[in-house]
Amino acid sequence: MEHNEFINDFPILNEEMNGHRFVYLDSAATSLTPECVLEKMNEYYRHYGVNVHRGVYAFGAKADAEFEAVRDQVQCFIHAGSREEIVFTRGTTTAINQVAFGYVLPKLQPGDEIVTSMSEHHANFVPWQVIAQRSGATLRFAPLDQSGAVTAEALRSVMSEKTRFVALNHMSNVMSALNDVQALSQVAHEFGAEILIDGAQAIPHLRVDVQAIDCDFYAFSGHKMFGPTGVGVLYGKLICLQAMEPFEYGGAMIDQVCQVSTTYKDAPYRFETGTPMIAEVIGLGAAIRYVESLGYEYIQTRIEMLRAYAMEQLAQMPHVHVYNPHNYESATIAFNIVDVHSHDAVTVYDLEGVAIRAGHLCAQPMLSELEQGSLLRMSLQVYNTKADIDRFIAATKKASDFLDVLFL
Amino acid sequence: MPRHKGLVDDASYVTVHLKNPSCGDDMRVQTKIEADVITDIHHDGSGCSICCASASMMAELVKGEHIEQAQAKKKAFYQMVSGQGIDEELLADAISLQGVAKLPPRIKCATLGWKAFEQTLSVDTVEYDEGVTRIDE
Repeated sequence: MEHNEFINDFPILNEEMNGHRFVYLDSAATSLTPECVLEKMNEYYRHYGVNVHRGVYAFGAKADAEFEAVRDQVQCFIHAGSREEIVFTRGTTTAINQVAFGYVLPKLQPGDEIVTSMSEHHANFVPWQVIAQRSGATLRFAPLDQSGAVTAEALRSVMSEKTRFVALNHMSNVMSALNDVQALSQVAHEFGAEILIDGAQAIPHLRVDVQAIDCDFYAFSGHKMFGPTGVGVLYGKLICLQAMEPFEYGGAMIDQVCQVSTTYKDAPYRFETGTPMIAEVIGLGAAIRYVESLGYEYIQTRIEMLRAYAMEQLAQMPHVHVYNPHNYESATIAFNIVDVHSHDAVTVYDLEGVAIRAGHLCAQPMLSELEQGSLLRMSLQVYNTKADIDRFIAATKKASDFLDVLFL
Repeated sequence: MPRHKGLVDDASYVTVHLKNPSCGDDMRVQTKIEADVITDIHHDGSGCSICCASASMMAELVKGEHIEQAQAKKKAFYQMVSGQGIDEELLADAISLQGVAKLPPRIKCATLGWKAFEQTLSVDTVEYDEGVTRIDE
């Protein structure tokens, strides 16, 4: 078998699942976590695991320094204008909800419009639906092209002087179509609207430059880019963050509390309530270092090669229908096996030790566009190998005979 | 061939519609109860093969049975799919689904039709299940 040079970074790849070497093809759901991230988090808990922003002793200062250093790191990583523009959140979902409820909802009037698309993850769909309902605003949907992307022209077709806010993904989680977010931001701004980009699927695969994109907000999660779960980032232009209301109150965000009123810290601290996810933020810093040590170019080249290798073989299988065959830059293949329900198919993969995703992929609007109730998604990351693809293809062949597998 | 598939438009039947939001399995079960006997049963829905096959076998097993006997069969089925023994006498053809016990993520597929059936009998006695959504019609 081919040697996997990532085995030392990801010893979980030595595990067995259902009696077979574990093949992980669900990185779009969450990536595996490298040793360097685990070690960095362990180091915090084992050697200086105290609270931040409070301690007047040396370990507190050490925790503060490690925690705040990650803010600088994120600033560089996504090329934000200042460190104050980086808010740590529990993840992309929390970041988007913070913007929806703390920034957009307070400004909405009945008759205003919010624009999103049918290719969004539920996390970038439902919050807008809810605030539209609460305010009497209307939710509009930018049409998708064949690849599942929103083009600048498509966005323009649903914009008007009533549009207050635009929320679109950088890369969608079903079709993995890449949106030209720079062009989309420009269109939003032409109409006087602001724009949030959901970067959860993009950040593991391509370099993000928020100033070049010129978006007003950008959200992503740590756990899809080799970081721990429970931590994410909300980037917001400083002027936007300063105008945003907190979504939660209490803890680290407090400036001064009196009996009748309270003042809050400035952005970004105003949005970081309670005791933050200290180990996770520190782990995110290690994950960013890991991505940078590999380089996006290397990650992209390797994934593109593996995807092409898989597609070549799937194309020979008439009972496999692929929904995003030409999204070459994507790390996913969205497909179904004709006449086999995705949950039946995924059981066959499971029994073969191959982890892929089945179901609605938290994107029911997109599935309704595809006129599918559920589908299968395999997604790649840098630690996958051709041997993984071979196992995936072998399981795909078996999956068409699902009933034989179950009722043996 | 699925048996008892397709619903009837008849107010003397009780209909329960359940959905598993995590996978999209969607099942309606209708029963007609006379003197504590399930005199008729229908099901309709969409989902994976385990869900659909199980609903069909469930209908076959409980039609014509007294509620108590049907509940006993339900209990036997739950025991089988959770690996706690197989009662061939009670479960008849449904023992073909015993393999589900080895597939924990799929137990909820096999039991969706049974859950809907149970809810047609009496809503009050049904245990809350966070994995399933009941849709009011």
